[in-house]
Amino acid sequence: MTGRGASVVIVGGGVTGLSSAWWLARAGCDVLVLDKGIVGWEASGRNGGGASHYHSPLYAEEQRLWPLMDDLLGYPTEYRRERVIVAMSPAQLASYHKMAANFNALGYAADHIDSRQALELAPLVSPQNLGGIHVKFGGHANPQRTVQAYAWAIQDLGGKIIQNCAVTGFQTQGGKVVSVDTAQGTFGCDAVVVAAGPQSAMLLEKLGISLPLAAARAEMIVTEPAPLMAIGGVDGNGLYGRQTLRGNLAYGGGPHEWLEVSATGPAARPTTPLMRNLAKRVAELLPSAAHLRVIRSWAGIVENTPDGRPVIERFTSPSNLTAATMSGVGFGLSPASGHAIADLVLQGQCSFTDLTKLGLARFADLPSDWREQRGWVAISPKGS
Amino acid sequence: MPPNFDGIDRAAINGKLPRPERTVQVLIIGAGSAGTAAAIREAKLGAEVLLVDENPVSASLMGLDTPLYFGGRMTTAVQRQERMIEQIFASNPALEEALELGVDVALATYAWGAFVNGSGLAAMPQPVVGLANEERAWLVGFDKLILATGARDIPMAFPGWDQPGVMGAGGFAALVDRYNAFAGQRVVVLGSGELGLKTASLARAKGLEVVAIVEALPQAQAMVGSDLADIPLLTGQVIHSAQGGLNGVERISVGPVGGPISDLACDTVVISIGMAPAIELLNAAGGGLTLDSQRGGHVPILIGEGATTLPNVFVTGDCGGLGTAQDSQSYQMAWMRALLGIGDGQVIVCQCEEVTRSDLLGVQPPNYLQRPEKLAGRDVHTLLADGPINQDQIKRLTRACMGACQARRCREQVALTLACATQSAPIPLAGFRAPVRPLPLKVLADWDEAAAMTAGWDVWFGIPSQWVPYVDIGTEREAAQMVTFSEDPA
Repeated sequence: MTGRGASVVIVGGGVTGLSSAWWLARAGCDVLVLDKGIVGWEASGRNGGGASHYHSPLYAEEQRLWPLMDDLLGYPTEYRRERVIVAMSPAQLASYHKMAANFNALGYAADHIDSRQALELAPLVSPQNLGGIHVKFGGHANPQRTVQAYAWAIQDLGGKIIQNCAVTGFQTQGGKVVSVDTAQGTFGCDAVVVAAGPQSAMLLEKLGISLPLAAARAEMIVTEPAPLMAIGGVDGNGLYGRQTLRGNLAYGGGPHEWLEVSATGPAARPTTPLMRNLAKRVAELLPSAAHLRVIRSWAGIVENTPDGRPVIERFTSPSNLTAATMSGVGFGLSPASGHAIADLVLQGQCSFTDLTKLGLARFADLPSDWREQRGWVAISPKGS
Repeated sequence: MPPNFDGIDRAAINGKLPRPERTVQVLIIGAGSAGTAAAIREAKLGAEVLLVDENPVSASLMGLDTPLYFGGRMTTAVQRQERMIEQIFASNPALEEALELGVDVALATYAWGAFVNGSGLAAMPQPVVGLANEERAWLVGFDKLILATGARDIPMAFPGWDQPGVMGAGGFAALVDRYNAFAGQRVVVLGSGELGLKTASLARAKGLEVVAIVEALPQAQAMVGSDLADIPLLTGQVIHSAQGGLNGVERISVGPVGGPISDLACDTVVISIGMAPAIELLNAAGGGLTLDSQRGGHVPILIGEGATTLPNVFVTGDCGGLGTAQDSQSYQMAWMRALLGIGDGQVIVCQCEEVTRSDLLGVQPPNYLQRPEKLAGRDVHTLLADGPINQDQIKRLTRACMGACQARRCREQVALTLACATQSAPIPLAGFRAPVRPLPLKVLADWDEAAAMTAGWDVWFGIPSQWVPYVDIGTEREAAQMVTFSEDPA
């Protein structure tokens, strides 16, 4: 071990890596987060901010933690409880009802609401709405503020973060990762966490681990502020998103573009005329706000596993390696994913939920052309 | 039970973005002198040319200081579009010539985005520019795009700057010259470089009173012509505050940074310290930029005569770089340093989001959030310890530059303030993103959406197995929980 380093080096300062480092630091661990750019800069800080993921084994912990996060971190996340999901078509309504059934099956109340109730809960929605569901828990937070809150909280606990420091490789010895190589030198470690989003695949490849990932751009738009609705977590009509505490309407959804990953890219710029289709759906859902100006669009690069489910695993070789990808649904689950990853690092297993179905072994028989099979490949440039 | 994959991702963007309504050989954005000259040149070569200009912009956008810093000093004439169109032709006679040569001139038409395949984007069926008027938005394709979008104002904050009557040199020139709709009489000019003196000369030529030219540096920054010789030139002085009433500025206080101050009666303060090449469209489209102080700041990387790094995209006129003898960045920094010596931390820097200087430099959240104790230990210097200052990161935390004016009033001055406070090298450009004009949802919306877009729309990635509840994975319930084109919130 070189003079520099930490007990646990976390590769990737996205929301999953940051939360992992924060949980480890809370447990008294000496942590170092390395990021190729700025903390939370990629999709971790550019997403819908939703925190209501019934499908995940981390769901109960997600729900337990979010109401506590401002106090635990010491910095504001803008977390707000509840969601209203409003349908503009019968197919959407059926889908939202199915979602409510899944919530209720877990013991979390999600009520069916009719058109009038939807209007009462969310005054900007269309009088032509077909009703939807009212999720009494869950909610949403501000991704940009939250990622910085994690980073600051890590520092407050004595953890270190080095930005603009891309990891280029690992040194192993005796079946363990002993140090992490970067352009700024080598950092020794007793354990390592790889949570580097789209770049996780190429980093794990260096350790002989094949993590199947494909990355794509997802886009969102934001308007100037609207009058505040009592519940900001209003979406539906094929959109995800929220009204921020400032009043801005921030919504995404619709098609993604598969892109090739490099050590530093692809960049989440530019966005496309898809913003017009997003604007249409927001105007349909919230016609009272249709006069509001769209002032920005933005995108995030999102990585997905072949089944769209996370991989969260403590490996046996190297034995001190833990890796995680949340497959595009990382922000809302981050309070819980960091807890789980810290458990894996410190105890070898998660203390509060079963994660066995999220192991990498499920892809053991994945054919090498899995991306082509699914059509998850970048569009070839014209003329090539 | 793997689904039967057929090599097609129905929720991907492939084939969903529409072709433009129309494609022209040459599309020119900006019908000022450079854009109009380019249109005439291309038309004479036999090209089919569409020349687009956003003027006359709507009165409501002018109120948002878009595209220039009009500072609320326009007359009600700006609400009469027909008169404004007449004014535009009257102020630019070359437009008539362009029309006679067959150039298609579209006024009152905003260009809100340019989309070209390149790094990170391959889904565009062809290169397009997004256009809009007050009613709707549409796309126009091009074989060749010439950006002639001119330059933007660089406002700088001082106590009382956030009231009608404080404006930029570009906004002032547009109101007095192009629109003949300036509502002021007595003008103070800040800045004595070429821009400041040009502003003073223009005011004089229009019969306005120029009360004084104020210069923060010890001497005039350009040769003062005889036409301006009788105007008080207050060197080594800055504006300390602007005071006024319902109709905005009525008087200002000026003097050296440490005082003493004296009052000047005026109704308008024209900030003429610098302008920035209008690179929004190029930046949003992914074109290469470089910081060149001799060309006025962040300017296009040119790889040939007016040729940008994007294929078939060219620049002409001020948006390609301002020819200036001055080191624009040093001069703006000198002014900013002087102004930071005036007023306290409560001076508003970002008008839309009401971000003060102290909140900006303290990296504090907006007022609608609680400020827990720990935040007091955070500021721009602790961020600097983590790495170079990034304006976009500070924007996320403070909301400075996040408002409806799309940071037209504060983008450059926030960068200058951060650079002054941290003694950093120039702050990297805070990126522009489409739509580069603030457009209502109902205007931007694609109401005639392509069938492929509607059919292939999913709220997230359309991966059937993604939302299966964990307990159901690997059970007989899994198949029923598979959702194609789910509407689940991500």
